[in-house]
Amino acid sequence: MNSATVRNLLVRGMLAGLAAGVLALIAAYFLGEPHVDKAIGFEDAHAHEHEVEVVSRSLQSTAGLATGVLVYGVAFGGIAALAFCVALGRVGRFGPRATALLLSGCALLTVYVVPFLKYPANPPSVGDPDTIGERTTLYFLMMLLSVLLAIGATLLGKRLAPVLGTWWATVAAVAAFAAVVGLAYAFLPAVNEVPGDFPATLLWRFRLSALAVQTVLWGGFGLAFGELAERLLTPRPEPAARRRAVPAAR
Amino acid sequence: MAQTVARPTATTPAVPAKLPLKAVAPWAVFFGILMLVLLYFVGAEQGATSVFNGTDVHEWVHDARHLLGFPCH
Repeated sequence: MNSATVRNLLVRGMLAGLAAGVLALIAAYFLGEPHVDKAIGFEDAHAHEHEVEVVSRSLQSTAGLATGVLVYGVAFGGIAALAFCVALGRVGRFGPRATALLLSGCALLTVYVVPFLKYPANPPSVGDPDTIGERTTLYFLMMLLSVLLAIGATLLGKRLAPVLGTWWATVAAVAAFAAVVGLAYAFLPAVNEVPGDFPATLLWRFRLSALAVQTVLWGGFGLAFGELAERLLTPRPEPAARRRAVPAAR
Repeated sequence: MAQTVARPTATTPAVPAKLPLKAVAPWAVFFGILMLVLLYFVGAEQGATSVFNGTDVHEWVHDARHLLGFPCH
């Protein structure tokens, strides 16, 4: 019974992730792609030799973008559904819908915003191909660290709740999370490979649009998955109440 | 205060039942790893490390990588 519930939640999580991925794809196409194109224009104007196009721009910005964003949505939807299975009933007096939205908000923050503030998204033509190994390691390290710290902070909050009360335990846990993330920001190496003459407004707008894509993805996922989980887990209004309501209506 | 705790009303819904961790674990391990593999192919394949030769995967998801915040070339 419980294992079947986990399976049902996992399937719903992946479906909600797909739906949220579609919304994020719309945001990425309309908000992000114009900046990607401008950045590639900058790259072409500065390149000495033109690279051979393996996949055409029109495919990259449509089918390629869709593949990436939708797979990302489904994958994170599945992971978030599994996290939801653990969090449900263990993080406070929240029903399925509120738990799902809370979890989504925390996921946006820990999986994306925390790594983004140290290693923000970069448009094409920003980034040295020779340092891709180091940058990839640092980015995934920051993401892993952030997720582990968030789990640690949640456990800390639960420990402190009987002593400090729920409110101050939550404040203390969030403060501890922020303090350790701050330490990580201070000690991990900085990456800045923006060319000196790259337009600052283009960089800013590209990064804002990347943040918007994630906000749409996680916001959409929280609402969609919360609704599906609520319908699965909350018993429907008893048939007895309906039977009584029908004669009353006559 | 004690009274409201002792008598939950319609406005204070019960905490949902917990799913036993033993029931979640096998799903989390198997599908967790599967999802991480998917994320690897979207986010990092043919960048820092490569499972397949060439740059086809990288080029196909190129725009998604940039807009999803992954480091890309």
